Amino acid sequence: MKITEALEIFSQTHPGMVRSHNEDSVACEPSCGLVVLADGMGGYNAGEVASGIAVSVVVTEVSHALSDSSPIDLDKESGVELGVELLRDNIQKANASIFHAAESQPQYSGMGTTIVSGLFYDNRVATGHVGDSRMYRLRGETLESITRDHSLLQEQIDGGIISIEDARLSKNKNLVTRAVGIDAEVVPEIHVHDVLVGDIYLLCSDGLNDMVEDDDIQATLYALQNNLPLAASQLIQMANDNGGRDNVSVILVKVKNKFSASRGWLGKLLAWFER
Amino acid sequence: MAAKLILSMDGAVIKEYPLNKERMTIGRKEHNDVAIDNLAVSGEHAAIVTILHDSFLEDLDSTNGLEVNGTPTKKHFLQNNDVIGIGKYKLKYISDQVTQTTPADFEKTMVMRTPPKQAAAQNESKPAAPGVVQPQAGSKPVPVEAVEKTGKFDAQSPAAPATPVQAAAPATPAAAAKPAPQAATPQQVAVVQVLTGPNAGKELELVKNLTTLGKPGLQVAVLTRRPQGFFITHVEGESFPLVNGQALTNQAHQLKEHDVIELAGVKMEFYFKG
Repeated sequence: MKITEALEIFSQTHPGMVRSHNEDSVACEPSCGLVVLADGMGGYNAGEVASGIAVSVVVTEVSHALSDSSPIDLDKESGVELGVELLRDNIQKANASIFHAAESQPQYSGMGTTIVSGLFYDNRVATGHVGDSRMYRLRGETLESITRDHSLLQEQIDGGIISIEDARLSKNKNLVTRAVGIDAEVVPEIHVHDVLVGDIYLLCSDGLNDMVEDDDIQATLYALQNNLPLAASQLIQMANDNGGRDNVSVILVKVKNKFSASRGWLGKLLAWFER
Repeated sequence: MAAKLILSMDGAVIKEYPLNKERMTIGRKEHNDVAIDNLAVSGEHAAIVTILHDSFLEDLDSTNGLEVNGTPTKKHFLQNNDVIGIGKYKLKYISDQVTQTTPADFEKTMVMRTPPKQAAAQNESKPAAPGVVQPQAGSKPVPVEAVEKTGKFDAQSPAAPATPVQAAAPATPAAAAKPAPQAATPQQVAVVQVLTGPNAGKELELVKNLTTLGKPGLQVAVLTRRPQGFFITHVEGESFPLVNGQALTNQAHQLKEHDVIELAGVKMEFYFKG
């Protein structure tokens, strides 16, 4: 099954109820199963610039590379799958672009962005993220965050300093410990997860998960899984009804069918018959 | 401005202490930041560790223990207006810094640099190349110092339990909690009563923020609770639900009391009870 037929993708972004402009950027490239979301930070419009660069670098470069190669190919130097390598390399490339733009233009000084990206291939998803934008997975009735925030609060939770329940009351929610474009180099966190038919993946900026409880996100995705546009606008509406203090962006990916990658000539032949 | 503690006994204020140090100790001995000269107070009784805007109280194995808002506790994440009890003394925790900055200012995401040594300890991946530290003029970065404070806290409380004591946590103050969406009429319960078909007479209380109605694959609508009231929206199915005989559009439709919903061949009435 071709990836475009196996996945249903929908994205939406909203400035929220307080902020005058939207520093989030989202992009989807259904032809290669790629989704990217970034939440920018920095004065004036620098936040938008940073998140915009991050999203466009990753989408352009990854889809260009995949136009003449397969994500399951192994990288010649590292022996790592190309899908994984592409996410890592291009988040780093985005980092360099933002960093240099910020260095060369004073109005962009100090700008940066979070990023969360997913590349779906061969019944798997490779995730690459930096900062506190998240990817959740709804499988059956269970909603789970499959990325771990790079934030002070998450480190405190991991260290046992603060419980998950208490973390909701913390006033240190807005501090990320890693971001794209702040330093000359960045280490993206990359993981690969198996995908099942029926899974729904949610990529979101913290404007969603800071305003809406996970239980409500779960209820919405579960109830509205057959209508992704409605699910997306419902999530944004809940964030805004609860105050909408930040920009809120969501990308939803629903897995409708299997999407095995074709291996060798036999696989390609079988894939041709599967069509 | 930092948070502060107000020391009092029998309702009479004795002294105020700003929480301007990363770690403040409370005890009978003079070297404590909050020294209380009373035999019921242990030499080193308790400590308050402050990480940026959050303060944590911990008992230093004192003889007579600690209370927060009347409940004995070993470790507690302090919230505005919490009252710490040590013997006859009360320490009120005031953290009204929300008024010092505008909420918009306050919630902007900021980057915190992780010092390389910490990064190395926390993940196996290599830390950002050392030596390439750039000043950031535009954003308001948190000084690296703050990160190191976190590290110190780790070091100073090796016995910190993996799961902090929860039992003593007081009811969460509404102000700090995530604002819960409220129905337009909080004292009333919205209800959908089935009017026709085998389930006629059955009532469904709309207690959740989101309730789906109908048959999956055939026709489904969702009822959502919002601050301004209840709304019905079409989710799936060829035909759209009817409200008072009118088909819905793709837009959400606000329900009024005694509206009649028709969905998958079943009529239902929406109203408030109580």
